[in-house]
Amino acid sequence: MLLTPVEWEIVRLSLKVTIVAVAAATPVAFALAYLLARARFPGKVLVDALVHLPLVLPPVVTGWLLLIGFGVKGPIGGLLHDWFGLTLIFRWTGAALAAAIMALPLMVRAMRLSIEAVDPRLEGAARTLGASRWRVFWTITVPLAMPGLLAGAVLGFARSIGEFGATITFVSNIPGETQTLPIAIYAALQVPGSEAVVTRLAVISVVLSLGALVVSEILSRRAGAGRGQHVL
Amino acid sequence: MSFDVDVRRRMGPDAEVAVRFASEAGLTALFGPSGVGKTSVLGMVAGLLRPDAGHVRVGGETVFGAGVDVPADRRAAGYVFQDARLFPHYRVRGNLLYGARRAGGRGMGLGEVADFLGIAHLLDRWPQTLSGGEAQRVAIGRALLSGPRFLLMDEPLAALDQARRREIMALIERVRDELGLPILYVSHDRAEVERLAGHVVEMI
Repeated sequence: MLLTPVEWEIVRLSLKVTIVAVAAATPVAFALAYLLARARFPGKVLVDALVHLPLVLPPVVTGWLLLIGFGVKGPIGGLLHDWFGLTLIFRWTGAALAAAIMALPLMVRAMRLSIEAVDPRLEGAARTLGASRWRVFWTITVPLAMPGLLAGAVLGFARSIGEFGATITFVSNIPGETQTLPIAIYAALQVPGSEAVVTRLAVISVVLSLGALVVSEILSRRAGAGRGQHVL
Repeated sequence: MSFDVDVRRRMGPDAEVAVRFASEAGLTALFGPSGVGKTSVLGMVAGLLRPDAGHVRVGGETVFGAGVDVPADRRAAGYVFQDARLFPHYRVRGNLLYGARRAGGRGMGLGEVADFLGIAHLLDRWPQTLSGGEAQRVAIGRALLSGPRFLLMDEPLAALDQARRREIMALIERVRDELGLPILYVSHDRAEVERLAGHVVEMI
């Protein structure tokens, strides 16, 4: 099945939005997961709840909150606009932000579990061998949590590439700028007699998601080489 | 004076670990029934556990007490854990060399330690594939290669069968006699303690 230029455009945009979203969300999610798994601080319950909010809110509400916060006149969007000349609303970068926010809770959950599974006694052993906290983190904690880290990134990818509600609310449906695969499918569904278009886009969706799954499986085998660990 | 320890730590609502002893060079055994807090004392000497009060001096240097609390990575303790506690994501070679950075070329090298402990043929194996005795020897090697000023051994024979015990015990005697490192050794086995220790601290 050859793709038309319009379909290519949609696929390229979808991948760009998703990859940027996951790349940006991964370090944030890992930091939050580490904090929630290991640190004890006042307001931890609040941070935990805030991180999970996009998971339980209707996506359209998350989109609306983004609209308020990151609009050109919003408290954060205004600052970005005035200081850096950066606009997110109605741009692909805004779509990436929406996808990242929606993926964050799933990523944090997967990563947190894997960090909690790292035996702190191994970290203690590394300390007695002369490793600084920093070296222990990078040579013991992160590698041992790697399967969960990858699982989190894969979940984030899957969640991001399917993101619809918050995205269409925040950045609308602009072909070539914010029209990702799910939004393109939705738009095509509104046009009578476009079943063929919808079918093709749906097949592309399935192929992309399956491809992500295969890549994640390969990555997990490599990460767990010799240790018999699996990501999913 | 190799170990001069006087520590106290509350471990729970009505559990407290408190011990005081001073010993000369050689092997000092902490002896007592399970659950009495022997491992906690090792943790406090290693810097993994903070005493509520007291002091820890090793070889005349204060590592805890009087406003001093040297972090675990700078106490130069070679800690051999009861369960070997090897890093599952490093091969034997990687485990052995993990602490070698601190040694900075002083003391024995990898080849020397591997021969000494009879583990040269295991270097490319993963820890999961080792038997209990092999893992314990690698753990001793890892501690020796980290440039330790003293060794802490927590029931290194507990998880082993009779034949392995004899073998590792002979090894510990060689470490004690040939390397001249002060050793603080935890055990609940009287025969083991009588054979190895020059000084016994009984915890009740």
